[in-house]
Amino acid sequence: MDLTLYIYKTIFLFIILLVTLVVAMYSTYGERKVAAFMQDRRGPNRAGPFGLLQPIADGVKMFMKEEIIPLSANKKLFILGPSIAMTTAMLTGVVIPWGGIITIAGREFSMQIADLNIGILYVFAMVSIGVYGIMIGGWASNNKYALLGSIRAASQMISYELAMGLSIVGLILTTGSLSLNEIVAQQHGMHWNVFYQPLGFLIFLVCAFAETNRAPFDLPECETELIGGYHTEYSSMKLGFYLFAEYINMFISSAVIATLYFGGYNMPFIDQIGLSPNMVTLLGTFFFFMKIFFFIFLFMWIRWTLPRFRYDQLMNLGWKKLMPLAIFNIMATGAYYYFTELT
Amino acid sequence: MTFGNYTDYYKKDLISSEERKEFNTLNVGPTHPATHGVFQNVMLMDGEFIVETEQTIGYIHRAFEKIAERRPFYQITPLTDRLNYCSAPLNNMGWHMTVEKLLGIETPKRVDYLRIVVMELARISDHLICNSVIGVDSGALTGFTYLFQDREFIYEIFEEICGSRLTTNMGRIGGFERNFSEKAWDKIKYFLKKYPSKLQEFENLLARNRIFMDRTINVGSFPADRALAYGFTGPNLRACGVDYDVRVMNPYCSYEEFDFIVPIGQNGDTYDRFMVRQEEMRQSLSIIQQAIDKLDLLEDKDTYFAKDPRFVLPPKEKVYNNMEALIWHFKIVMGETDIPVGEVYHSIEAANGELGFYLVSDGGRTPSRLHFRRPSFIYYQAYPEMVTGSMLSDAVLTMSSMNVIAGELDA
Repeated sequence: MDLTLYIYKTIFLFIILLVTLVVAMYSTYGERKVAAFMQDRRGPNRAGPFGLLQPIADGVKMFMKEEIIPLSANKKLFILGPSIAMTTAMLTGVVIPWGGIITIAGREFSMQIADLNIGILYVFAMVSIGVYGIMIGGWASNNKYALLGSIRAASQMISYELAMGLSIVGLILTTGSLSLNEIVAQQHGMHWNVFYQPLGFLIFLVCAFAETNRAPFDLPECETELIGGYHTEYSSMKLGFYLFAEYINMFISSAVIATLYFGGYNMPFIDQIGLSPNMVTLLGTFFFFMKIFFFIFLFMWIRWTLPRFRYDQLMNLGWKKLMPLAIFNIMATGAYYYFTELT
Repeated sequence: MTFGNYTDYYKKDLISSEERKEFNTLNVGPTHPATHGVFQNVMLMDGEFIVETEQTIGYIHRAFEKIAERRPFYQITPLTDRLNYCSAPLNNMGWHMTVEKLLGIETPKRVDYLRIVVMELARISDHLICNSVIGVDSGALTGFTYLFQDREFIYEIFEEICGSRLTTNMGRIGGFERNFSEKAWDKIKYFLKKYPSKLQEFENLLARNRIFMDRTINVGSFPADRALAYGFTGPNLRACGVDYDVRVMNPYCSYEEFDFIVPIGQNGDTYDRFMVRQEEMRQSLSIIQQAIDKLDLLEDKDTYFAKDPRFVLPPKEKVYNNMEALIWHFKIVMGETDIPVGEVYHSIEAANGELGFYLVSDGGRTPSRLHFRRPSFIYYQAYPEMVTGSMLSDAVLTMSSMNVIAGELDA
């Protein structure tokens, strides 16, 4: 390891962090614009041209607001909750391959912060720690609505984590690797995993919605029943952290979906054009972000279309439908490889 | 999935005292987003299940019936606005008809038809709010914004007719304060043309949506006999399968000349209430169309009040030039019109159910006693029975599908 690599990694780390934050910030703007588009409204259009400065205005507002910690709340945990949510949300981006390899002055730099050989497991681990932020925050508020919200979050997480994990098993059988970089490299050309694992993809998509607490699985916050759910008692930037963490999670989930099932930074026919390798890499990153934005749009599209599930229906869906389907997916994939490749 | 078995389990005497300690109390309201107004439910919860619930009302009790005892008759109309503020013109018309019944005023056919147009528009605007709010409470905000554009348009029509939008104070005892303008007719006709497709779009979004069906079918269902025992009327009773509609059973305002269907449901659950309201909106549209056709057939296009001077202000030029007119103007405005002694009960099919006015007059300038039969007040009494044993999410949907409106509940 030499100094250039360290400097490169540090710079790249900051870039990724910045990009994550900016995308999450503008997702809030995008969310409101998409909602407005679906609901025949205008959406934010006052702060800056087309309301583009709205997220910044919101951020400033969040920081300026008075911070209220309820007297009966557990102060330490009350602060810990949003911190965990925010931190884990930001950590997930580390293993995602944002692009191919860039060659600068004869040296190769990979556009991935850490190429862990258990990348998928790392993502899962981080996402499941994220729910502790919600649970701790809801419990520490000492509010019944917040408590109900965090109980819902916990049980929702348990029931969806399993189905999500199992849906990935089918994918791992196909790819034979847990490293995200390798999974992407295998999907070169048009060999996207979604064509080999359609059922697994659907299960993963549904679970991703549940993991990020987005509609129709937004039971933990569930405005009309639980007021604000787990963040009922939160104010100022602590509330901002929770809301922000949700958007970061959405961004990362979209990135994971695009990486695992839609070829990551690969674009079909890009090699035939005859561009320089660096250009191909940059274009690949561009296409990767296009895929991510498409999935973010899908998240929003669904949120503004569907009603939400009831608590028990959600559990039914998780345990009685998605779990068996995921297991069936594993069996089918296994049987396919057993009969076609081993004989 | 139903929770009928749980309902039996949660009956008070079956629960041991140790078990009760595990329950917690949840205050839903008075400022909870699901109540859509100011009233409170104190719920005893076992996790997400409701064991018991108790309602508190009276947060916006304004004592309308008592206030009305000190006001001349025409000044009571603005009070009725504030009962069910989602369909104020219906309340206004109901009150005018009650006083007309007491005074024995015969309204011309044209006034009846104009009233029917206004009342059915108000019914649409009320049902539209209720149904779109069911969508909001189940998490689908988009349908709400679609339909609210049409509600806005209905309010524009009201504005064109009487000058105000929400609390309309529309019409006068004996008819209307002025004739409908050309623009108002244009707007009504435009609405009739545009609304069915919008309504269909909204219905497509929710009615056959799997999640919405799961959330509403068998949720908050109520048997017809219990509903009748509580005194349910209107869409909530019809959803239980009883075809009671005041417009048909006890026609007023020439409703007997109109041809419409009274839709009924089967289980009295949230989904049935939703669908009954959807169909009633369509029927209302057809009634408005029929009323417009009948108005076109009428020879006279100018009458908009009854031939009875007791409550209709004389035209201004007569007031300034004619002594009798000035006297009548003074008497009406000061509330000194002669009122016969007597008592009447008149009820109309308001958007929420049978809205009744029980009026006792001792011949003075104000009513001696007045009572509003407010359907929301009756529905809300049945609320604990409907939600006990169900989940919190169901309770929220049940509440919004019953269309309990705080103004009408508390009077």
